[in-house]
Amino acid sequence: MSYNPHEIRKDFPILQRKTHDNVPLVYLDSTATSQKPLAVIEAMNEYYRRSNANIHRGVHTLAEEATAMYEEAREKIAGFINAPSSKQIIYTRNATESINLVAYTWARANLKTGDLVVLTEMEHHSNLVPWLMLQAERGIELEFISVTEDGLLDLDSYKTLLSRTLRHAQGGAPKLVAFTHMSNVLGTINPAAEIIRMAHEAGAITVVDAAQSVPHLKMDVQALNADFLAFSAHKMCGPTGVGALYGKAELLESMPPFLGGGDMIKEVKLRSFRPNTLPHKFEAGTPAIAEAVGFGAAVDYLTKVGMDNIAAHEHEITEYALERLEEIPGVKLFGPSADKKGGVAAFTFEGVHPHDVAQILDRDGIAIRAGHHCAQPLHEKFGIPATSRASFYLYNTKEEVDLLVNGLYKVRELFG
Amino acid sequence: MDDLYREVIIEHYKNPSYRGHLDPHDIQFADNNPLCGDHIEITLQTAADGTVKDARFDGHGCAISQASADLLIESIIGKPLDEVKSLNKQSILDMLGIELGPVRLKCALLSLKVLKAGVYGLGEASDELVE
Repeated sequence: MSYNPHEIRKDFPILQRKTHDNVPLVYLDSTATSQKPLAVIEAMNEYYRRSNANIHRGVHTLAEEATAMYEEAREKIAGFINAPSSKQIIYTRNATESINLVAYTWARANLKTGDLVVLTEMEHHSNLVPWLMLQAERGIELEFISVTEDGLLDLDSYKTLLSRTLRHAQGGAPKLVAFTHMSNVLGTINPAAEIIRMAHEAGAITVVDAAQSVPHLKMDVQALNADFLAFSAHKMCGPTGVGALYGKAELLESMPPFLGGGDMIKEVKLRSFRPNTLPHKFEAGTPAIAEAVGFGAAVDYLTKVGMDNIAAHEHEITEYALERLEEIPGVKLFGPSADKKGGVAAFTFEGVHPHDVAQILDRDGIAIRAGHHCAQPLHEKFGIPATSRASFYLYNTKEEVDLLVNGLYKVRELFG
Repeated sequence: MDDLYREVIIEHYKNPSYRGHLDPHDIQFADNNPLCGDHIEITLQTAADGTVKDARFDGHGCAISQASADLLIESIIGKPLDEVKSLNKQSILDMLGIELGPVRLKCALLSLKVLKAGVYGLGEASDELVE
């Protein structure tokens, strides 16, 4: 049976609702956060209705059930990205916290003044600010892989950076390369395996910001050979408040703990403590248990639909959307062609500010995002303060793209 | 179709009468709306009797922010500075003739915030100026 987004939509209660003047919701903002299927909402509900208790160390029935559910979800998440072991999945609040965890633990234990960290010009603030903070604190050096006019990473600039730094006077080859797998603005899918291979050849370890890729592409951390990989549940049909950090076992083992408190310890004395084993070493305090259960349910849901099916559907709809958007006079699209990107269409509209575009579309129930999408340096690079961004996921249809296009013609009419 | 995008707002956005930069000027102030990157600069010349002799705004942003800046400048030329100091949120909403949600209210009030920070000679524009 061929993929039918209209059938998929039935799984998402929110997609049945109406907005202003009783118009149906056209949700084109999944890059910011995805909607949640009933299966995820019910899993969290069921957890609270039946099994709620604090996890670990409890011996009563509920504590055992809650612990089992929390750990089963971790197994599911590990399987979803092909991690060798669920011990390598650290629960965090979101991809941002996952990246910060690496910056606060691995980086502070391993980087010193003058050490080079390579980023890209298309990073979300979440993979830029933690390193800027470390730069302010430690005096690490930051360099950036440049972005071409077409919105692709310039791998030649990366090579130059790697070879230049190999000859660096202080002997400073890069220690760390941190990059986004898929741009949240341009949609560009970066050649992660190649970037990682080149980093390893230069002796650097890698952090992959996979917040946009894990929800949309089949992920295999072992095939990528990623050292660290960060993602959030809420962008992949799961709840807010929970995310994950994948890390290679030897790196996670060698790192100091992150936050201190309960559950992350093996033994505590008044004047000392011993940290817990993986993954608990990095999970202090009572975590978001219901959310972790929802995360597991989201992984089940996406697996059932099939990541290859989702990617193929998104490709088809993105190709169609780019083609239709290009027809509209005054619209300028950013990012590469559909074959090199995920389901994101960022654009400017001549003479109309993105906020006005978003507001006018909202009157027709169409939800897009306007602004710099937490990637201010990237917008600066293209010489624009903001863009409008429509993004697509498993439940979006070509009819919705048509509604977006009609809405944009209305904007044009209004601003004449 | 849309109350928010009344003809008067679109008109002032597309063809502002007071866009520019006065040189020399007696008062100059600029600020951004960090949420959306809107930017407004206001330059103003005062007369000996304490009134606004002339004023201009410059910058970029959405229709609401730019139209309200143009309407605001139009309304203050020839007015005593004391009267400018007493302008508030409601004055802007009356000029625009629309209701605004909390997000777009910030767009609409940016120019007044900039103007009042300049007139009061403050180092920084705060939201309290336009409550």
